[in-house]
Amino acid sequence: MASNGTAPGSKLVKWIDHRLPIFTFMRHETHEYPTPRNLSYWWNFGSLAGIVLVIMIATGLVLAMQYAPHKDLAFDSVERIMRDVNGGWLLRYIHMNGASFFFIVVYIHIFRGLYYGSYKPPREILWLLGVLILLLMMGTAFMGYVLPWGQMSLWGATVITNLFSAIPLVGESIVEWLWGGFSVDNPTLNRFFVFHFLLPFVIVAVVFLHLWALHRFGSNNPLGIDAKGPQDKIPFHPYYTVKDAFGLGVFLIVFAAVVSFAPNFMGHPDNYIPANPLVTPPHIVPEWYFLPFYAMLRAVDFDIAIPFTGIVIIEAKLGGVLVMFGSIALLALLPWLDRSPVRSGRFRPVFKWFFWVFALDCVILGYCGSQPAEGGWIVAAQIATLWYFLHFLAILPLLSILERPKPLPASIGEPVLKGGGTLAGAAAKPMEKA
Amino acid sequence: MSKALQGGGQPVEEQGGTRRDFLYLTAGAMGAIGTAAVVWPFIDSLNPAQDAVALASVEVDLSPVEVNQAITVMWRGKPIFIRHRDRAEIEAAEAADNDSMPDPEPDRQRIVQPPPNTPVAAATPDSDFLVVVGVCTHLGCIPLGQKPGQPRGDYGGWFCPCHGSHYDTSGRIRKGPAPKNLAVPPYNYLEEKQILIG
Ligand code: HEM
Ligand code: FES
Repeated sequence: MASNGTAPGSKLVKWIDHRLPIFTFMRHETHEYPTPRNLSYWWNFGSLAGIVLVIMIATGLVLAMQYAPHKDLAFDSVERIMRDVNGGWLLRYIHMNGASFFFIVVYIHIFRGLYYGSYKPPREILWLLGVLILLLMMGTAFMGYVLPWGQMSLWGATVITNLFSAIPLVGESIVEWLWGGFSVDNPTLNRFFVFHFLLPFVIVAVVFLHLWALHRFGSNNPLGIDAKGPQDKIPFHPYYTVKDAFGLGVFLIVFAAVVSFAPNFMGHPDNYIPANPLVTPPHIVPEWYFLPFYAMLRAVDFDIAIPFTGIVIIEAKLGGVLVMFGSIALLALLPWLDRSPVRSGRFRPVFKWFFWVFALDCVILGYCGSQPAEGGWIVAAQIATLWYFLHFLAILPLLSILERPKPLPASIGEPVLKGGGTLAGAAAKPMEKA
Repeated sequence: MSKALQGGGQPVEEQGGTRRDFLYLTAGAMGAIGTAAVVWPFIDSLNPAQDAVALASVEVDLSPVEVNQAITVMWRGKPIFIRHRDRAEIEAAEAADNDSMPDPEPDRQRIVQPPPNTPVAAATPDSDFLVVVGVCTHLGCIPLGQKPGQPRGDYGGWFCPCHGSHYDTSGRIRKGPAPKNLAVPPYNYLEEKQILIG
């Protein structure tokens, strides 16, 4: 596509572009790139996530130059960053809160996709790559939280790595292999640092695949219908570069306010106590972004047995682990569970309600996860977990069959160009395939 | 690939596969075995190193531990709970032996006796010391109950606050999400009140 000399610019640019068409490529993918004209602000969060990733890598790199991944030095080296390294407190607070904001942005990004059906054909692989990024992010954040080697670092790591001991037969060996010892100790801290350094770059690579898949068919949009022609699209630059930049400005104001005025709001005070392998904190909680999953893990407090025989098939511990990983597996299977041909929740009167109930369910799970695993909280978490699974395994498949969607507009441009938001087409008609 | 290209003149046809299939298969298999052999050291390097394994034994003097006292020692980076039980606690543990428990195990089997017919054995009939690994078998928290005033749970042993597991006076799981009893580490009596863990 390059050699026909489409790249404008100096002779040097042309000379390079002829041999490596990188300028043509950039122009094609970031300037001309035709984008639906009706994207709302919910579409800002993808590029925002990319920018946060860059912020995390930049702050992480300079932190790593001051940090000492050894159990006797780690805690003090982080305190040294906070007190003695020039601007170290700022860099660490940006990195620490950046992780939280990364998850806020990505969770909004995911729920945007859930509401507007962005996982539906032909964007399944795009969606799957997103789930993969989520998993990598979770691993990265979990291992990063271990690095300051405070009480929550040690005990969070202990509880989570011990999950693998639930695997029948080989569980114990796997856990010792993960630890490189017989408890979470120096070898564990060391390898977690290495992976925490490495995984973000793996994320960068998967983000590129994610964008590649995105640019194959372009963005979905609030109407969920495909573009009918050039009148439905506008070039990415300047329209969406400006919109993304504006969103970034708003984001940075909020982010800077939290970093400046409430940097420990989302953290846990126990992590400012050095790790002590002899004392477990009375109430271990993970970072807020893991709470819904933690609640599902703890919700399974019963063995699953063959009725009346007492033969246990799945011990409670393994059951909890399966449920927790299953909750993410369901996210990956979503394109094949929700078969409704209509993408956008705007035209799905019943789905719309269940979407909000599901969002509420996730918030309830998060709240249960933050509470002690006792009495009422366990029961609430069990109900909410059940609902989470029902939503994916029963409600969405049934809605695909039973729901009668509202009529879809004839095109993206039409309601805008005709000025009245009037929708053409009286009957519900199935989504056109791209 | 049962028919090879007729490049060299006569078509090559053999029962069930050609020489080339065979070569692909054996070469591929050898390649896979070789790769696995090279990958293994990488994976194995993450396992506990020899120095960590070597740190694996500690000697403990039990003589200062009075009845109803408990001490905690470190072994392999894990706390070991040693409790000098009184008769009531031992009897409570033995009386419960037949109850249905998540992980049934008689109290006697959880106590290492000194080797029989030795002076040590004569001096410590029915050792009153319980020695268990102080790590909750659920997800690895350290249960409470070693220090005076800490909660000991519904069965008088230990209580894990993380997700609410109750252990009895023999360190057996009685209630809560933990699947197994507190582990008994390998240990032996060297003298009447001297043990070697590991
Ligand atoms: C996906 C992007 C990343 C996420 C989500 C992430 C997350 C985290 C989290 C949650 C912490 C604990 C903060 C605290 O409580 O103190 C942390 C610490 C740390 N991270 Fe990252 N990180 C990311 C990328 C990186 C990169 C690319 C590097 C290095 C090149 C890095 C280096 C460090 C270091 C040295 C620490 C320990 C210092 C400290 O605790 O502030 N991080 N990270
Ligand atoms: S770790 Fe002890 S109950 Fe979960």
